Amino acid sequence: MFRIANAEFIAPGIKRFEIEAPRIARKHQAGQFVILRLHERGERIPITIENSNPACGTISIVVQLVGKTTRQLNLLNAGDSILDVVGPLGKPSEIALFGSVVVVGGGVGVAMAYPTATALKRAGNRVISIIGARNRGSVILEREMRQVSDELMITTDDGSYAEKGLVTDKLQELLDNHTHIDLVLAVGPIPMMRAVAELTRKDHIRTIVSLNPIMIDGTGMCGGCRVLVDGRSQFACVDGPEFDGHLVDFAVLTQRNSTYRDAEKRSMEEFQHELEPVAAGIPDDAGCAQGGRR
Amino acid sequence: MTPVATRSPNPLHLKERIKIPRQHMPEQPAEERAHNFTEVNLGYSAELARQEALRCLECEKPTCMDKCPVGVKVREFVRLIVAGDFLGAAAKIREDNVLPAITGRVCPQEDHCEGSCKLCKKGESLGIGYLERFVADYEQRMGAISPPTASATGKRVAVVGSGPSGLTVAGDLVQRGHQVRVFEALHELGGVLVYGIPEFRLPKNIVHEQVDQLRAMGVEFETDVVVGKTVTIDELMEEEHYDAVFIGTGAGLPLFMNIPGEHLNGVYSANEFLTRINLMKAYQFPKYDQPMVDLHGKDVAVIGGGNTALDAIRSALRLGARKAYVIYRRSEAEMPARAEEVRHARQEGIEFRMLTSPIEFLSDGKGWLGGLRCMSMQLGEPDASGRRRPVPIPGSEFELPLSVAVIAIGTSANPVIQSTTTGLATDTRGYIQADTLTQRTSRKGVFAGGDIVTGTATVILAMAAGRRSAKSIHEYLSTGLW
Repeated sequence: MFRIANAEFIAPGIKRFEIEAPRIARKHQAGQFVILRLHERGERIPITIENSNPACGTISIVVQLVGKTTRQLNLLNAGDSILDVVGPLGKPSEIALFGSVVVVGGGVGVAMAYPTATALKRAGNRVISIIGARNRGSVILEREMRQVSDELMITTDDGSYAEKGLVTDKLQELLDNHTHIDLVLAVGPIPMMRAVAELTRKDHIRTIVSLNPIMIDGTGMCGGCRVLVDGRSQFACVDGPEFDGHLVDFAVLTQRNSTYRDAEKRSMEEFQHELEPVAAGIPDDAGCAQGGRR
Repeated sequence: MTPVATRSPNPLHLKERIKIPRQHMPEQPAEERAHNFTEVNLGYSAELARQEALRCLECEKPTCMDKCPVGVKVREFVRLIVAGDFLGAAAKIREDNVLPAITGRVCPQEDHCEGSCKLCKKGESLGIGYLERFVADYEQRMGAISPPTASATGKRVAVVGSGPSGLTVAGDLVQRGHQVRVFEALHELGGVLVYGIPEFRLPKNIVHEQVDQLRAMGVEFETDVVVGKTVTIDELMEEEHYDAVFIGTGAGLPLFMNIPGEHLNGVYSANEFLTRINLMKAYQFPKYDQPMVDLHGKDVAVIGGGNTALDAIRSALRLGARKAYVIYRRSEAEMPARAEEVRHARQEGIEFRMLTSPIEFLSDGKGWLGGLRCMSMQLGEPDASGRRRPVPIPGSEFELPLSVAVIAIGTSANPVIQSTTTGLATDTRGYIQADTLTQRTSRKGVFAGGDIVTGTATVILAMAAGRRSAKSIHEYLSTGLW
């Protein structure tokens, strides 16, 4: 059992949890994730670690409501427990002095980009961050990202905050202005990561994306998370989750992630029938995914 | 009278024993069990067990015991069954095997004890596996009595992985007075026994009972720890002060075929397919949350000829598959699966397509599997494994309509521990190098056994490696000599 030390909504349908997991906190490096299972009948889902505090023995995760499990998770509060939390899994992000780095985060992907942006900044890189959200309420970690960025750009789909547009519009501007970029890190919905990779391809700017395939054990045992990278099968859990965005077959990833769409929908519907409507922080449209892990 | 006869409680003359036919294991009828996950074999009654035990010839040189990888004293435990001392028989098995209820169900006895039984020459071998299962289950029903443990040595051993080798090491060492803690990456204990082998062949409560018994003996367990990630072997030894470590992490990454279409939805590794069903109980979706592709009315094939392949396809049948095929590139004689599983599978209606090799997974045009393009094979000269090599027959290509395919062609080494442990030597395929007798690795105080050393093998061979490791670890902890 892993006790939740703190839990708070940071945007509608997006909740941050601080979980007591001393072993994981001690070993966590930016870019890694945990797999958790809420209860005896729960599924195993991967979620990126947003932050860790080895001294307190805690890790934090940011969870967006997309289905039954994330909905159940978002009903939990400080003092509650999660049955299983295992990690840190996956290879850590490559942290080095690259020079000038652009970190692109979309939706809840910002929470996953944050630890890597922090580590890249600490390594001496110039960090330009572009974060995007649907609207003003959905912008997360603005203050945190600003702290670790030399420059921060924000876009919203509806223009209700900062600039109206997509994160790729801002990246395009940087490219048009011939800004020197040594590395791009993109974390967010698949269409966003694909679009970023397409933009940087012709200038051969190294572009890292963090993939979110279906996963069960997270240790390489099941092979469910296989992704096609440079024409070869790679396991996101042990070979990733970060890969060269120019080599990833995003179409295969999208297609494989749709495998259980009907089952997930059914699961959510049956759960909603059982459940009284829950008010706190869950908007009507929270059911649609804005990417990142679940 | 020979000494054997004087000690024997068996009243029958050898000629009479030979005349008794092998007692059939009561089974769930094939047409029923093909639709449920309840165990296929129902187990001997006490009468059946005694009747079967009476068949034992009590050989003066029992080859069955020699052929048992863990050296179970078959003749002695069978005698105790004849004498009606079932708990005594269980205790006798436990001297050499801490997981009798499991091996009694999944061990390929025909390759070991039963294969060497003298009764084979006269007819069918003694049902040693069935008898082992009977006494283990009897013991469990009566409330298992833990074997005595030696006084505490103060030495601490970390066991990595709670599969058959790890559980064996833990049981053997805790009996010798060492403090043992088992680390498991998954949320349930048992390794392949819980994620791999289905309920209808090995009920999970059997595994839980065996684990509980080890716990009662003093073994500590910690789940959700991926050694190499959550904590390294170096840290276990240097910071958590374990005196020795046993690595029994088992079969690793599933192998794929590297043929076109392998990324289509509906193409699974056997590990994923079985983990969803066994560990995650996806067959009870949506009562359990992990989803599973709906197999009702669909045509499903497994590729491979081992026990894992049969477990997968028989599970698919139980989940409503209309057609369920085993596609294997050699002939039935070369199939590594247990004879009993092949027989059970055939009774249930599994279709065997032997001498067939897939060459392409075909799309249904919507991202899902629609069929499998195959080639017929013929057997050529023997290959490195000693089995005749399958050779494609030119122009024999054909297509099989399919919705789901499960790849069960084996595994390769999982590199997580090897890449995070200093001074741990591996072979060219990435498996951990360990001495075949002592199971010592290149790293002082670190031992390894089971599939992570040998590559994919069986439960009983992993347990045998566990036994050797426990003996060797005990020696190391007692003498300090490496």
